Amino acid sequence: MEAALQTNIQNCYHCGDSCGDEPIIAHEKAFCCNGCKAVYELLEENNLCTYYNLEESPGLSGKKPVSEARFAYLDDPGVEAQLINFRSDKICKLTFYIPQMHCSSCIWLLENLFKLNPGIADTTVNFMRKEVALTYFHEKTSLREVVELLTRIGYEPAITLADTDGKKTTKKSRTIIYKLGIAGFAFGNVMLLAFPDYLDFTQGLQHSFGSFFGYLSILLSIPVFFYSARGFFTSAWEGIKQRMVNIDLPISTGLLALFFVSLFDIITGRGPGYLDSFTGLVFFMLIGKYFQQRTYDTLSFDRDYTSYFPVSITVLKEDGEESSTAVRNLQVGDRIRIRNQELIPADAILLRGRAMIDYSFVSGESEPVEKVVGEVIYAGGRQVGESIELEVVKEVSQGYLTQLWNDTVFSKNEEQYLHTYSNIAGKWFIIVTLMVAAGALIYWVPRDMDIAMKAFTSVLIIACPCALSLATPFVHGHTMRVFGRNKFYLKNTGVVERLAKIDTVVFDKTGTLTEPSEAEVTYTGKALSDEQEQAIFSVLRHSTHPLSQRISANMKGSTAPVSAFQEFTGKGLAGEVNGKLVRVGSAAYLGVPADKQKDTLKTTVYVSIDGVVLGYYTFFNVYREGLKKVLSDLNDKKIAVLSGDNDHEAARLRELLGNEAELSFNQSPVQKLEYIQRLKEQEHRQVLMVGDGLNDAGALKQSDAGIALSNSVTNFSPSCDAILDASSFDKLSTFLNFSKKTMTLILLTFAVSLVYNVVGLTMAVMGLFTPIVSAILMPISTLSVMTFATLSVKYAAKKAGL
Amino acid sequence: MYIIFILIAISVLVAAGFLAAFLWAVRSGQYDDDYTPAVRMLFENEVSGGPKTKKPGQK
Repeated sequence: MEAALQTNIQNCYHCGDSCGDEPIIAHEKAFCCNGCKAVYELLEENNLCTYYNLEESPGLSGKKPVSEARFAYLDDPGVEAQLINFRSDKICKLTFYIPQMHCSSCIWLLENLFKLNPGIADTTVNFMRKEVALTYFHEKTSLREVVELLTRIGYEPAITLADTDGKKTTKKSRTIIYKLGIAGFAFGNVMLLAFPDYLDFTQGLQHSFGSFFGYLSILLSIPVFFYSARGFFTSAWEGIKQRMVNIDLPISTGLLALFFVSLFDIITGRGPGYLDSFTGLVFFMLIGKYFQQRTYDTLSFDRDYTSYFPVSITVLKEDGEESSTAVRNLQVGDRIRIRNQELIPADAILLRGRAMIDYSFVSGESEPVEKVVGEVIYAGGRQVGESIELEVVKEVSQGYLTQLWNDTVFSKNEEQYLHTYSNIAGKWFIIVTLMVAAGALIYWVPRDMDIAMKAFTSVLIIACPCALSLATPFVHGHTMRVFGRNKFYLKNTGVVERLAKIDTVVFDKTGTLTEPSEAEVTYTGKALSDEQEQAIFSVLRHSTHPLSQRISANMKGSTAPVSAFQEFTGKGLAGEVNGKLVRVGSAAYLGVPADKQKDTLKTTVYVSIDGVVLGYYTFFNVYREGLKKVLSDLNDKKIAVLSGDNDHEAARLRELLGNEAELSFNQSPVQKLEYIQRLKEQEHRQVLMVGDGLNDAGALKQSDAGIALSNSVTNFSPSCDAILDASSFDKLSTFLNFSKKTMTLILLTFAVSLVYNVVGLTMAVMGLFTPIVSAILMPISTLSVMTFATLSVKYAAKKAGL
Repeated sequence: MYIIFILIAISVLVAAGFLAAFLWAVRSGQYDDDYTPAVRMLFENEVSGGPKTKKPGQK
């Protein structure tokens, strides 16, 4: 058994990660870390091992243990009250958002939580929204215990400041489903009543029951007219008020003509009317609307800074005791403790410890900034390294980041994109329709008044651009799904169209073009012997400074014992290896004269052994995989790079992007925004912005289409039109080309519907349009448009390799 | 032939009953999540004896 276990490359039974050289063997299973083992044992104890049978290695890595003391703020009744949806004297109900949820095992375990904590009454998972609705007895357990349990088994709920702001997530609107149901009901029944008209041998039936069927049809159609179809009328009316013609205007005229002509026909006893076509049309078009409305519930595209901030923070009392407090309640003068990888929630002064603040998300600078005691640290930075103590100088709502966010340029209203394809098509459509209708009227009036009226109304009826209104949502809806499968999530279907028109692509540098967690290290100077290299490596291994860790990550070999190790904040390290004094640090620390320093713009780390400066390390950004391919595919577009960083990478970027690309460095968030504005207004370009951080938020909003790049789509990303998973970055150009292709598909679908319209219009103008023609022509045209749109997108996606 | 009036009345009533059932289903949230129930219903079969089944009603 032992031997068999060792020959295999071991993957953790719990999380599936590689176990490395020394797997922890327990219960005849291998685990990568103690965290995973602990979760397994907890589940086994409670007879919950089905978890492992449903999916292979379903667990989440327990490598990063978190101190459970940080949930102490949940005991605060105020915080509790904000999170809980419902409370009675026995039970509490609330909903958690758990982004880690990923498989059916997760659903199973989360719905069996009551076995782990008898105080939990019931849990219900909504997998698509990644939410868990939880009910617990507050006498038996507490909110904090529930959250701690979830965290212990690897499903830490994401509780952010936005949750405690009282903004409860809005329930998904069900209106469209109601409308669809009513329209479908009416359509089915009215069609049944209209059936006698379709067939010759039922003429007798029609004769004796015609008016009864007619009035019943009217009764059934009234809710469709007033409720289901209301959206089309209001949208058309809004358009008219703004002196715009949108696609809903011709639809509305068509629907109105259909409904009132039918009403007139039935009441005057002239005929059976077209109510079957009317209800059918509304039904089909609502299907299109439903398609258009389907979005990604789990992803939030409109997040603001509050969902970036944590809810609680460790506050130090005067006697040095630690306690957790909600960030909301943080006051000026409070002393707070920030640990490794934690966010600084409010502007504060550093009191103790060595601060290495990673501002990459806020400002776009790639290297952590070192701060010394007494300096002000702005909110939004992330501490890297040891824990630090700070004193709050501004409340959360007054902080730098919050002010930036509330800046008016950032909260500029999103422009209405009225110049969409279908709206432009709708405009021409109504002009042509009205001309044809008028032509028919002019031709028939002197000849036959009756036929004239009939021809006029039938032109309006048949020309209802249902095909136009269906083609766009269907093609775009399917495109959105194709993109979603490839980890590119659009906010709504309208984004597809904007992507298709893009002629300029603006990239952010840090975190977008570059891999944020990696850096290439190069050494310049005298060649190092193996022994020297080992000595430097040994010293670096003792430091937690991010730069030391980056260098040592790029070195290999064994380490030697280090004595007299010392670390000087903001300067460097010193240590003795085999009797030799190794010093690593900044140029000033090693006494390198300013005129001999090279590459001053780059981050450099000098090394010396026994007082002799040997050389220095420089850091290069690592560009994302597939960047070359993306850029070469985008060569027909204008490309620009905006960076919050300094220009030491300019030469490398130039090489990658070619001579025509515009490169701008040291850009502030507002400058980025203004740059996009200038492109749009002065050069009339359609701009796509690709960024990742808060510093790009303004630019993302200002651009025609803003894509936020994220390593984990459930993590925080600034407000944007689309979220792209970093692993799919190499497909960016494919996505753009595909959106362009979909526009061709829409045109083709228009062409298909045009054929029907020409046939229908010809009959209408000749006065031959009858209810039966309408009943056959309308469903066929809508169905064929839907099928064509669906199949063509599928085929095109297959061809494009998506 | 006047039986047709009654027949149509019945057929419309039956259809209206289904419509009411549909509206109730939407209202009670059955259309809010169209994925999880499909997964959930498979659990009981795969659990071999171990944990006992959960009560079927979720609320």
